[in-house]
Amino acid sequence: MTNHWNDLQYADALMVIGANPAENHPISFRWISKAKQKGAKLISVDPRYTRTSQMANIYGQLRSGTDIAFIGGMIHYALENDMYHKEYVAAYTNASFIVDEQYSFEDGIFNDYDETTRNYDKTKWAFKKDENGEIVKDPALKDPRCVFQLMKKHYARYDVDTVTGVTGTDKDTYLEICQTFTGTSETGKAGTILYAMGGTQHTVGTQNIRAYAILQLLLGNIGIAGGGVNALRGESNVQGSTDFGLLYHNVNGYMEVPTGSDQDSKYKGFLERITPESGYFSNKPKFYTSMLKAYYGNSATKQNEFGYHLMPKLTPGKDYSHMRLFDAMYRGELEGLIMFGTNPVVGGPNAGKEKEALSNLKWMVAVDLFETETSAFWQKEAGADPAAIQTEVIFLPACGSFEKEGSVTNSGRWMQYRWQAIKPKGESRADLEIVHMLARKLKGLYENSPKQQDMPMKALTWDYGESDHPDIDMVCREINGYDMKTKQQIKGFGDLKDDGSTCSGNWIYSGFYPESENLSKRRDNTNEGMSNFLNWSFAWPANRRILYNRASADLNGKAWSKDRIGIQWNAAEKKWSGFDVPDFVAAKGPDDPTFNDPFIMMAGGKGALFSGGVNEGPFPEHYEPYENPISNAFSSIQLNPAVKFGEKEMNAQGDVSEYPIVATTYRVSEHWQSGAMTRNIPWLAELMPHMYIEISEELAQEKGISSKDRVIVKTARGEIEAFAMITKRFKPYKLKDKTIHQIGMPWHFGYKGIATGATANRLTPHIGDANTTIPEYKAFLCDVRRAK
Amino acid sequence: MELNVTRRKFLKISGAVAATLAVVELGFDDKTARAKAKELKISELKPTPTICPYCSVGCGILVYSNGKDVVYTEGDPDHPINEGSLCSKGTTVRQVYTTEKRITNPLYRAPGSGKWEEVDWDFALDKVAKNIKDTRDRTFVQKENGYTVNKTEAIAYMGGAALDNEETYLLSKLFRAGLGLTYIEHQARI
Repeated sequence: MTNHWNDLQYADALMVIGANPAENHPISFRWISKAKQKGAKLISVDPRYTRTSQMANIYGQLRSGTDIAFIGGMIHYALENDMYHKEYVAAYTNASFIVDEQYSFEDGIFNDYDETTRNYDKTKWAFKKDENGEIVKDPALKDPRCVFQLMKKHYARYDVDTVTGVTGTDKDTYLEICQTFTGTSETGKAGTILYAMGGTQHTVGTQNIRAYAILQLLLGNIGIAGGGVNALRGESNVQGSTDFGLLYHNVNGYMEVPTGSDQDSKYKGFLERITPESGYFSNKPKFYTSMLKAYYGNSATKQNEFGYHLMPKLTPGKDYSHMRLFDAMYRGELEGLIMFGTNPVVGGPNAGKEKEALSNLKWMVAVDLFETETSAFWQKEAGADPAAIQTEVIFLPACGSFEKEGSVTNSGRWMQYRWQAIKPKGESRADLEIVHMLARKLKGLYENSPKQQDMPMKALTWDYGESDHPDIDMVCREINGYDMKTKQQIKGFGDLKDDGSTCSGNWIYSGFYPESENLSKRRDNTNEGMSNFLNWSFAWPANRRILYNRASADLNGKAWSKDRIGIQWNAAEKKWSGFDVPDFVAAKGPDDPTFNDPFIMMAGGKGALFSGGVNEGPFPEHYEPYENPISNAFSSIQLNPAVKFGEKEMNAQGDVSEYPIVATTYRVSEHWQSGAMTRNIPWLAELMPHMYIEISEELAQEKGISSKDRVIVKTARGEIEAFAMITKRFKPYKLKDKTIHQIGMPWHFGYKGIATGATANRLTPHIGDANTTIPEYKAFLCDVRRAK
Repeated sequence: MELNVTRRKFLKISGAVAATLAVVELGFDDKTARAKAKELKISELKPTPTICPYCSVGCGILVYSNGKDVVYTEGDPDHPINEGSLCSKGTTVRQVYTTEKRITNPLYRAPGSGKWEEVDWDFALDKVAKNIKDTRDRTFVQKENGYTVNKTEAIAYMGGAALDNEETYLLSKLFRAGLGLTYIEHQARI
């Protein structure tokens, strides 16, 4: 989230698209309701009429996989009707930048596309520069080659009839949504967009979110209270686990993983590649070197390039993401799999095939509180023949969250500490202890090795105490970082050095543990203004509660609205101050040429309406899902041209002739993710005991299905059986040329636990977004019939 | 352990609850019994603040434990986000501890076997460490296309979205910087 939960109360309009907070983030609704009580309009855009829709002022029905059409139409509406924040757009975004001549867009394809590799040459989406290397701008936004005009042209095709013909939204409702939400472009108003996996889990997921961000920049809604682009994240610490580099392409704090290439063969060259010339990430070498010092301590020296060569290097261009990992497993390339609290046999795409791949493993380690479908994939109950599966499986029992201590980071980036209330149940142990014991055992095994390849394990520091129980305080201190000589805690990432004199395990968290105390433990709930609760826990970065909050003030540094004060320029004291920690250099005044550059992480300091960083193009363009019911109305290109295909056998594709119904998945209040932590909880299992398929009355009638009938849903990947739930929440879509049905189902179920049921992900496709490779769970084709 | 729960606020809230009960028509006079029961259960126990382990709203929960069992849990009234309220999942968090479905011993499944065997931690961790070392040492790649790469691509790590920050930090430190894994993924991807 750019903002945070309590901040939602300050919105004048809230558009929830691809999320259902009333059911999946129920307590967030306290703050949505508060905004509504103050007169805010709640808009719900979803394929299904959810409980969030029920609470909304306006509900817009949207066919799964058509967000870009929907938002593109809103961008078009804002530009055509002058419903955008002109001053903000001109000064704080790259609207005025002139785009280089090479840029073009024709029938769904941008310039410099290579059909064989399905890649664009992104360097060809650049800005025009003058002889001094400065970007050429037109502050009047009139030049036909400026971002603003190119964007206007791009979305001119997204007129209301074309859009609603694709999305299936009622035209009047759509126009009401456009009018209501773009109304927040008025100076002093705020609108927020809330999204979750309904936005991301598509082959165009990244561009869906880009489209939300573009709209919010146009409306002047980023950086202000009650505004923002807010991801409602699904797990208690998925924010933290992402921050801490548990993804193949990132180390801690969103920095790159080196590759085995010429450029990266020296630390210096690697740093040159990953460090931009301007923007806050120009400090990256300080963050990276400090991380290497946290990893390798005194073994990381200037002479050995701070231990850079000890780090593993990716093969350039190779994709190691979840689906490709399972492709590799399917091909038998992986011997071992270590899992800490994850259950892909329920949660993974094309889960039946992913389960099949597991039996190619030589060994598997599952660390969990409960026996999961994944850890038990070899059992008869799983439909397997145990004798035929040679995988050795070790299950290590982990303890629950209040049986240990440590912090979690919520969606609003608040790092909150959890104290231990009771000893771990039985012989279970904290994950911290498990990884600590394992690391100590492994370090022991490598201790006397003379082999060069064992150097990383030997150099790795592990100074968290000599017992099985690690000293968590030492871990916290290392994450924050300290001066290597004095061992004094670093005050914040501004103090980190690239000469090896400081360490910091994760620069974005640096500052949470200064010498005085671990700030994530703070419990002062005084609201000192705008409900930012600056003394409650710690928010990364630097305790900032709203990102880009410089944009909450106008070009003179004065709040756009007196009711919505973030930070303001205090001329007398010559500094920025207000109700938040400035996301800006605190002493940067109007005399500085970059005074009006709020987006400090961006080179140039401006919000990116046009971006050269996304794989399928500088502007989001609508493409149909991998499995789709109609031809793309916007171009002759059906599928996102930058999407990659994995292992063919893992990725069967269904055609509309055989599978005419659109399907999607979602969650319910009473269950959580793959269900291990809810289907094993007696009360929750009782509240929501059965797997079901939600079907519209119209489709049910066509198919002769009644409520509680057993039905079979079939896709190109497999079929599942469950109860039918006939509801008014799904309605057929009247698209341009035909009427399309959609069904939906929860994805929490599996065969283990108290509440059991068929696994929805046996149906979902094994293909994903062109940038993140998140699977396209949210839009696929199926057929449904009554079980005999 | 550091505890900054404002006991004063707590008592205030408990008082409010008691007052509400007093005006509710219960059909028989069980006020004393209820007050007594409440007192017996948690009056001597210190609440431990925690954060809900489910979604990412980050609601505060108070856990009352007597050291042997979790007696009671409730929404943390001091928490600025939930102000004491909880959803169905947060409300049942006590059962994460009490459910009989919890696995409380390390388990081992031998290749080809149809069942788990209970094992002790030493056995289980030795197995894990041995497997990791054996695979890593056999599959380790020091050079690829002439470049130093120091990695193994035969072991994958997955998971972590429900773990604590400190745990995720140690996991990526051990598996990436120590053991040299490149296949490191978790739920944020899916």
